Amino acid sequence: MNSVFSFARLGALLIKEFIQMRRDRITFAMMLGVPLMQLVLFGFAINNDPKSLPTALVAISNDQYTRAMVSALQMTGYYHFDYVAQSATEAEALMAKGVVSFVVTIPADFARRVERGDNPQILIEADATDPSAASGAVSTLSKVASQALLRAQGMQATAAESARGQLQVVVHQRYNPEGVSQYNIVPGLLGVILQMTMVMMTAMALTRETERGTMENLLAMPSSPAEIMLGKVLPFLVVGAVQMVVVLVAAKLLFSVPFVGSLTLLLSAVLVFVLALVLLGYTISTMARSQMQAMQLTFFFFLPSIMLSGFMFPYRGMPGWAQVLGEIFPLTYFLRITRAVMLKGADFHAIGTEVGWLVLFVVVFAGTALLRFRRTLD
Amino acid sequence: MNAIDVHGLVKRFGDKTVVDHVTMAVAEGEIVGFLGPNGSGKTTTIRIMCGLLTPDEGEGTVLGFNIRTDSLRIKREVGYMTQKFSFYEDLTIGENLEFVARLYRLKPVGEYVARTLEELGLTSRRDQLAGTLSGGWKQRLALAACIMHKPKLLLLDEPTAGVDPKARREFWDEIHRLASGGLTVLVSTHYMDEAERCHRISYISYGKMLATGTVAEVVRNAGLTTFIVEGPHLDRVAAALDGRPGVDQVAPFGATLHVVGSDRKKLEAALADVEKEHKGVTLTPGETSLEDVFIQFMSGSKDNMA
Repeated sequence: MNSVFSFARLGALLIKEFIQMRRDRITFAMMLGVPLMQLVLFGFAINNDPKSLPTALVAISNDQYTRAMVSALQMTGYYHFDYVAQSATEAEALMAKGVVSFVVTIPADFARRVERGDNPQILIEADATDPSAASGAVSTLSKVASQALLRAQGMQATAAESARGQLQVVVHQRYNPEGVSQYNIVPGLLGVILQMTMVMMTAMALTRETERGTMENLLAMPSSPAEIMLGKVLPFLVVGAVQMVVVLVAAKLLFSVPFVGSLTLLLSAVLVFVLALVLLGYTISTMARSQMQAMQLTFFFFLPSIMLSGFMFPYRGMPGWAQVLGEIFPLTYFLRITRAVMLKGADFHAIGTEVGWLVLFVVVFAGTALLRFRRTLD
Repeated sequence: MNAIDVHGLVKRFGDKTVVDHVTMAVAEGEIVGFLGPNGSGKTTTIRIMCGLLTPDEGEGTVLGFNIRTDSLRIKREVGYMTQKFSFYEDLTIGENLEFVARLYRLKPVGEYVARTLEELGLTSRRDQLAGTLSGGWKQRLALAACIMHKPKLLLLDEPTAGVDPKARREFWDEIHRLASGGLTVLVSTHYMDEAERCHRISYISYGKMLATGTVAEVVRNAGLTTFIVEGPHLDRVAAALDGRPGVDQVAPFGATLHVVGSDRKKLEAALADVEKEHKGVTLTPGETSLEDVFIQFMSGSKDNMA
């Protein structure tokens, strides 16, 4: 008789877990409903590249160059001129109140300087309290301004020059040409949603047995730590797989996220990720003494992993120490994998390192959980 | 070979010694009652025996397996019924039994479960959630689940707490039936009538084993003298007796008083004084009961729960 591992005993534990899962209707509904809800909510709500931001215009003169400039800015889609202020003070008040995100000031001598070729200047003030909101708008500025100027001058110049002046505004963002946030957010959401449900559910796996008093009985019967661990985490691997399919189908149907890479590759990477998550949750449950503690530990883990993984904020925008900290979260690697596979069409070669890290997480978490598992009630 | 053979078991939680050098031997086929007040270390001792706790000191074997190194083998051969119902309340009766049968790798599972349900008289309720069962039925289910794999030793931790007298009677009939088939049983209890149904009893108090033997032996070895006092105004007599040297216990039983003491001479002197002071009081020597012995033990041992 094999005392360390038996598939029959693992089978017993698996059947039991599935029955309990099925009977806990609310939790079960949560596991399927919550991902979809979160996807729809966040997918539509989060936008890292906001457009049509309210803008105030301070234009002293009303010459053709000023008009050209204003219409060019409006054409970018970032600026929406809601207010025409009579003075700089008035515009500043609007910004202070948060009514506008930008103030565009075109000085009175703008046209004269253009005609004289004497370094014409316009002033754009951005409300930087939300830097990510302003960044896209600001980044297109200098190009738009110079092109608008060329065009305005071209109208009066010779035919050849005017042809050259008919330039289009080009904002170049690789992999996501239109700068659609959803393309960035939705693959990330897949990871965050999986992390939420998988870690939380498994974090309570053992503490629930302890709190209900069934742990004593389970330990008194012949079952090895490895069997108990797999019996607890494998059912959630199945749930995770279902969640993943739901989110991917929704990503395609609701947000038309392009899918460039290999589906098989993505699915395999997701499975490794989910395995790492459920084992992490299980490790938490070997440490927590109550379900409440398990919840707290899970949340303690959630926040930094969402903040530092590159889901919420651009990873490269963080200081070096924060990037290092971000490396300890499986979500960081998963985000790189999904974005690379879905948007860039990366092959295994390109994401091998990230997958390797996820496998390492699996091994470390499983090892820790098995070491931490208390075979006795001591 | 003894089914249980442990000596010098010590278990400490923090600076509290919960089990203090407990030695115990239980022969095969014996039913041994494990008695003691709440928090005396009964549960801890039983948990050490079935491998759920490792002792800080002491050695021993259960069914010939070392309690320190062979706990997995012990788990396979022992049936342990926990004090609190510890099967899955969100699983049906049938599913719980199937789970246990699979964990012990009993084949075919269906047959084992069907037979157990039949014996329990629960066949018609197999699809009922275990959490909806009454206390008595939960206890029967738990017992059935822990004898399904035909263990050689049964460890029962207060199995009849909160169960009605009829169910208790049936439970004990079942225990005796199993023991006559060669099963060894160690059962912890608070009930004196249950203690008297055991072949032998062991009394533990605050971690220390105070007495062990048959009921008659334990009563005899306690060396207590009991007198039964009858007459008018027994409440006043009781108040007069209480606290006198030699008088350890004064307890009203219906129309009589049981007066118990460990020093026969002092007790008789005290009673003689009281007899003189109160007219119409009669004294007759009485039989010391197991309960008297336990009360004596409990008041004599120092409380380590504080």
